[in-house]
Amino acid sequence: MATTAPAPAPVAPAVPRRARRSGTAQDRRTELVLALVAATVLALCAGMLVFVFVKAWPSFEANGLSWFGDGNVDQQIGDIFKSPADPADYVYTIGALPLIVGTFLTTAAAVVLGLVFSLFTAIFIVEFAPAWLNRILEPVVRLLAAVPSVVYGLIGILVLVPFVAENLISTERKESVAFVVQLTGASWSVAAVILAVMIVPIMIAIIVDALRAVPKSWTEGAAALGVNRWRVMWTISVRTARPAIIAAVILATARALGEAIMLAMVAGSVGFIPNPFDGLTFFFEPVRPLAAAVVENAEGLSVIPFGQTIYAFAFILLVSSMVLSLGGWLAKRPMRKYGIQS
Amino acid sequence: MADAPALPPTARTKPVESSRNWPLMDRLMLACCWVAGVSACVIAFAIVAYMAYRGLEFLRPALFIERPNADLDQSKSGGFLDPLLGTLILTVMGTALAIPVAVATAVWVTEYGRPFWLARAVESGVEIIAGTPSIVLAIFGLIVFQEQLLGFLSFEAEGGSVFGRSFFTAAAMMSLIALPLIVGSTREGLQSIPGHVREASYALGKTKAATIRRVLLPSLRAPIATGTALGMGRIAGDTAIVVILLGGTLQLQGYGDVPGLDVLRGTGSTLTSYVYLNSPAGEGSAPEKAYAAAVVLLAIAIALNFLVDWIVRRDPTKAVTAAARR
Amino acid sequence: MTMPDDSADLIVDGAGPPPPIRRLVPGGAPTIVLPPPPGTITAPNGAGGTGPTVERRVSALPAAQVAERMRTEELRIAYGGKEAVKGVSLPVRRGEVLALIGPSGCGKTTLLRSLNRLTELTPTATRTGRIVLDDQDVDTLEVTDLRRRVSMVFQQPNPFPMSVFDNVAYALREQGSRKPRKGALMEPVTEALRRAGLLTEVQDNLDHPALRLSGGQQQRLCIARALAADPEVLLLDEPCSALDPKSTATIEELIVRLREEVAIVIVTHNLQQAHRVADKVGFMYLGDLVEYGDGDRIFSAPREERTADYVAGAFG
Repeated sequence: MATTAPAPAPVAPAVPRRARRSGTAQDRRTELVLALVAATVLALCAGMLVFVFVKAWPSFEANGLSWFGDGNVDQQIGDIFKSPADPADYVYTIGALPLIVGTFLTTAAAVVLGLVFSLFTAIFIVEFAPAWLNRILEPVVRLLAAVPSVVYGLIGILVLVPFVAENLISTERKESVAFVVQLTGASWSVAAVILAVMIVPIMIAIIVDALRAVPKSWTEGAAALGVNRWRVMWTISVRTARPAIIAAVILATARALGEAIMLAMVAGSVGFIPNPFDGLTFFFEPVRPLAAAVVENAEGLSVIPFGQTIYAFAFILLVSSMVLSLGGWLAKRPMRKYGIQS
Repeated sequence: MADAPALPPTARTKPVESSRNWPLMDRLMLACCWVAGVSACVIAFAIVAYMAYRGLEFLRPALFIERPNADLDQSKSGGFLDPLLGTLILTVMGTALAIPVAVATAVWVTEYGRPFWLARAVESGVEIIAGTPSIVLAIFGLIVFQEQLLGFLSFEAEGGSVFGRSFFTAAAMMSLIALPLIVGSTREGLQSIPGHVREASYALGKTKAATIRRVLLPSLRAPIATGTALGMGRIAGDTAIVVILLGGTLQLQGYGDVPGLDVLRGTGSTLTSYVYLNSPAGEGSAPEKAYAAAVVLLAIAIALNFLVDWIVRRDPTKAVTAAARR
Repeated sequence: MTMPDDSADLIVDGAGPPPPIRRLVPGGAPTIVLPPPPGTITAPNGAGGTGPTVERRVSALPAAQVAERMRTEELRIAYGGKEAVKGVSLPVRRGEVLALIGPSGCGKTTLLRSLNRLTELTPTATRTGRIVLDDQDVDTLEVTDLRRRVSMVFQQPNPFPMSVFDNVAYALREQGSRKPRKGALMEPVTEALRRAGLLTEVQDNLDHPALRLSGGQQQRLCIARALAADPEVLLLDEPCSALDPKSTATIEELIVRLREEVAIVIVTHNLQQAHRVADKVGFMYLGDLVEYGDGDRIFSAPREERTADYVAGAFG
């Protein structure tokens, strides 16, 4: 990105000097207008932070650090919704840990799955796939990126969830946790698998670009030493592309934790912290990620304390995605050390 | 020719390195590559095939022209004319709002870019917007457009509180989804225009502003179109903003008395929200309607994808190929 | 296969007198004849000239030390129908440096790359004819084995983005099925660096990134990397074209020293360089091997008119 602004400085001497620099009044006006428009982008970012934070503050203020603590969220959200009309009696109590854990669990699992899958696919596309298969793979990746999340969610809730409920969860398993949580098939692991498919295209795109940008002299040099094609890929290309792979992970994380609709449909929508000690049952337990909680409660936002609580969820998402976006942007930069643009 | 004895040449065509003698681990990894690549194809094919199958099962022409009703009896709940129109309106409005801002931003960052720190800040700002989940954009939009000052974009309930939900407000936030895509492809386009093109224009005595307008912008048509098509796909496929900012009515409900404008100030639904609401996760559990609308949605997404392909293939500079892959 | 013009103790320099100068003094400071500044075309005045003005750095090794390792037989290589190498037969011998000269696009780099089947990385390339390594057709060898035995150094120094140590250890680490420990690698790595004449310069900072070395050091590092796996044949593709004169001289000495251990094929544009380092010279033109013979003879008394024109600077 540093290679912008093709400098128009050295031109033919016949050119009047003022034409070269943005000297005329009209020129300066154009530049100013464009700069103002560009600056609105920044204003938007700042505005988002400020507006959402201000609106969300009462919820954080009322709960303090226990906002991030454990609690029976579904119950608490219901209580907040039923707050008395008098501002003095607003209910704010919430411990959003189950929602945060839900977001973390689905996102982490999806990113890990997605990374393994997209790394192999990207290597396959760059090095091993026969030409005819590559001609299929490129539109396939684009298609996976283009499928709307609600379609993924629909397939999840109408195909995968019933399949899991009928074939993978035995009645005994359901009964074993019946007093804690219902196993309907809608669960964090099903959500994570679909989420992985959704974030795979962006990761493949970034990693493929980076692998292709690895100087041929390095891969050829390694091949000339008698190293086989897989090892060349793994020890030279993947190693060189590490910054881009990190960037891909970060950006995919941002995308995964912001996914709302698909998760609202598939993740089970129960504010529950899955227990790893439940063994296999762990994988079939439902969660309610933050983003899904926001979209599911869209109806009640005009109830003031309820809205403020939901805004607080959105604020957490906003801050995490901002940090991740900037992180991804920074992570891509080391590639340029080798003169690689990606 | 010197001293090598002439032997009859053995005919050979490019022998390729075989993996047969690789170490086991390497062969295993190669197998993983194949499995990943092939299963990507299988997943995509399965999605399309399954949806096409459901489409054949549930899609009827009448669905396209009937207005939806909230009726539990599925024979009376109508089709998805309004959601279809809603998707159309939002997509067009969203990109129409995004294009000028995005192109101006891209041109400024690429062609002016001074002061340097501001240009870098704008760049990272675009990245931030690109990475912001649409659900957060929706919440932000709701907060902003519920301000009294912006009441004219939606409508005021009795008691004076602004509703904040309308096609205007939803489209404004949708434009933020399309913005980074159009900025990205426009920048790629600008960077692919060689410097001597600009210099030639300056040499003719044109100002920088005139150069941008007359020389650079015309050659940016393909990149801008690519970004726009990608943005349209994203807007048409987004659900979160619709659910929060479009008011949640199935039918288009105008507000105000100016024809045309009333629809934009009013509420409605789109195909995405229609699918969501008709799925078991929404209230009206009507899977067949959800499937039918989802098939149309998928078809739109695929069509836009083809459109991108077509633009890229027609573009002689190939500048936007990289952008299109994002 | 004969070896014309060579005799055990014949130390040749050009067409006759002046007497030979042994330039390579082990451990001592070598006298260096600097190549001309880039851009000027100078050829050792060959055909009809007054004899070579460039002094040779090399004297032939005794015949006992010379042995054939590789040869090509009627080698033809085409890129998508366009023939780049047209039926070339050549021997490659240990104890001799073989230089391939000729104008750009004459197929000499293609020929070089085919010797360890790097041409196969280009999908359109097809090949006919035999390449033999120690009496084995290279097509019968596993390509990775072949490339370990016939190693290549490229025109642009291409050290990997790792430390100096890791660069040299790369081949050793990747070639065995079991990964050796760093301690076990130290000895072969320093040995390779020593053979490449780089050890004294880098031994204190083996952990520094290789990309921070100077261009000449990088190229010698690439040579060390190739030597680490103990190849039988070393292919050098214009190894000095990206380097300054001083680094060039260092690498030329290195080449002359290495020829006792490995067979060396060098492709070069620089006629003086060919004259300085090569025992045998092959002149290629438009895919044909026009002339092959002793370096001195090619430059002083070429038999073919095209060779004469080229070494006189006619093709540039």
